[in-house]
Amino acid sequence: MSYVIGCDVGSLTSKAAVLKKRRFVSAAIIPSKAKPEVSAETVIKEALERAELSLKDVQYCVSTGYGREKVTMCDKTESEIECHARAVNWLFPSVRTLIDIGGQDCKAIRMNEQGKVVKVHANDKCASGTGRFLEVMASILNVDVSELGILSERATKKYTMSSVCTLWAQAEVIKRLNSGYAAADIAAAINNAMAIRAAILLNTVGIEEDVLVTGGVSKNAGVRADLEGIIGHRIKQSRNADLQLAGAMGAALIAQESIRQ
Amino acid sequence: MIHAGCDVGSLTAKAVVLKEGSILDSLLIRAKADPVESADEVMKTLLSRLKLAMQDIDFMVSTGYGKDQVPFTNCCSRSEIVCHARGAWACHPSTRTVIDIGGQDAKVTRVDENGNVLSYRYNDKCASGTGRFLEVMSKALEIELEEMGEIVKKSTRKISLSNQCVIFAETEVISLVNEGVEIPDILAGLSRSLASRVAALARSVGTEPDVVFTGGVAKNSAVKHALARALNIDLLSPADMDPQVIGAYGAALLARELSESGQDLQEGTRKAS
Repeated sequence: MSYVIGCDVGSLTSKAAVLKKRRFVSAAIIPSKAKPEVSAETVIKEALERAELSLKDVQYCVSTGYGREKVTMCDKTESEIECHARAVNWLFPSVRTLIDIGGQDCKAIRMNEQGKVVKVHANDKCASGTGRFLEVMASILNVDVSELGILSERATKKYTMSSVCTLWAQAEVIKRLNSGYAAADIAAAINNAMAIRAAILLNTVGIEEDVLVTGGVSKNAGVRADLEGIIGHRIKQSRNADLQLAGAMGAALIAQESIRQ
Repeated sequence: MIHAGCDVGSLTAKAVVLKEGSILDSLLIRAKADPVESADEVMKTLLSRLKLAMQDIDFMVSTGYGKDQVPFTNCCSRSEIVCHARGAWACHPSTRTVIDIGGQDAKVTRVDENGNVLSYRYNDKCASGTGRFLEVMSKALEIELEEMGEIVKKSTRKISLSNQCVIFAETEVISLVNEGVEIPDILAGLSRSLASRVAALARSVGTEPDVVFTGGVAKNSAVKHALARALNIDLLSPADMDPQVIGAYGAALLARELSESGQDLQEGTRKAS
């Protein structure tokens, strides 16, 4: 009974993390289903199975993410901003500025020494500057979105995308492909466009070191490297933790605090 | 004297031919991949219909996205802003504001009593707020763009979409269909979405009456109605003319003015390559 779970139901992927005392024992990431409650159930079950646990072992569960309100099996809901900040403060207490680039939105968060959120700026209005942009572009290049970072490492020519809007950028990428541009060079330009948008959001909250990127896009090394160049600050690397899980981990940490109270 | 205007847009190409300032005929075609081809085809088809040849044209003006690639001699280019303003003003001399929604941008232009441009604002950065928004949605709903206006008339329930972004709105529309929301209601909601984007643009430059609505989207009665409501003004349509050829008409009128003014047209005139 001493296990707690954090569940992050996102627009594109759902994540769960299982925590016992101060140790994460397992986690899972699945593509989100049509219904948030089904996503939550499936991902929680998968995370528990990996640790050879069942729902009986879970004492408390906190849900977060876009579909959090519909997850009935959890005890409490918490905003993604709180969850990301909590996880990041737990993993890297030196981080003051955080950018969470998810599948359908992007949030720049500044926090103090205690990990308390002091300023937030989010974009969920425009697909450009979110993971959705990368996903649309990856499908034109006929690669998985997770491969964009690796693909861009082989780039030899540098150019800047002229369109910001995802729809115009789509047409631009098709045109470039048809006129013989290398996929690697296009991938690099796509990552660069993503980094430019992220930098704008970071600058509006003000950048204080250390800086960290979370969310699915944190796995794209091309975006991270370009973002470092644009903002002129190093971005902290995570050696062990999968930062796509940050929301779920934060939810689990909040779950643990809830039972202590 | 024969004058012509050729408007090479992103999705369509338009041409108008004038004789002594009066319209002989106009034509609209789907744009080809190459603006040169589009310009060539729209002009040649229209001229052959009129039993005229390129040499019969005394002077012409090109406009639109492909204006500088038009492959004709005796031709110079002018901005779409100026051409739409001139065309709308020629149709309605009372025009003080022109709202033009094209396939890839939207422009709001203020004009003076002589049809000269005073100020303008445009959006070509974000697909939402342009004709492209409707095009993507009509594809998602499997409805012909031309039928949209009629279908919206059957709307009985007012819904509002929560997303402006074309990419996000497309997903939202699909989930609304799956939830069983009626297509006419969705289309009415989409018309209001587009209208509210363009209305914001129009407010930023001001809308002095009379306001003329031009461009391909002006043919969509649902958007026209929603835009008039959003701005709380009447929107005029160009009289006896397709609102989509107003840019080409304005270009042809400018061609006439330029050739009659007798100024040296060599500057800015493009020779055929």
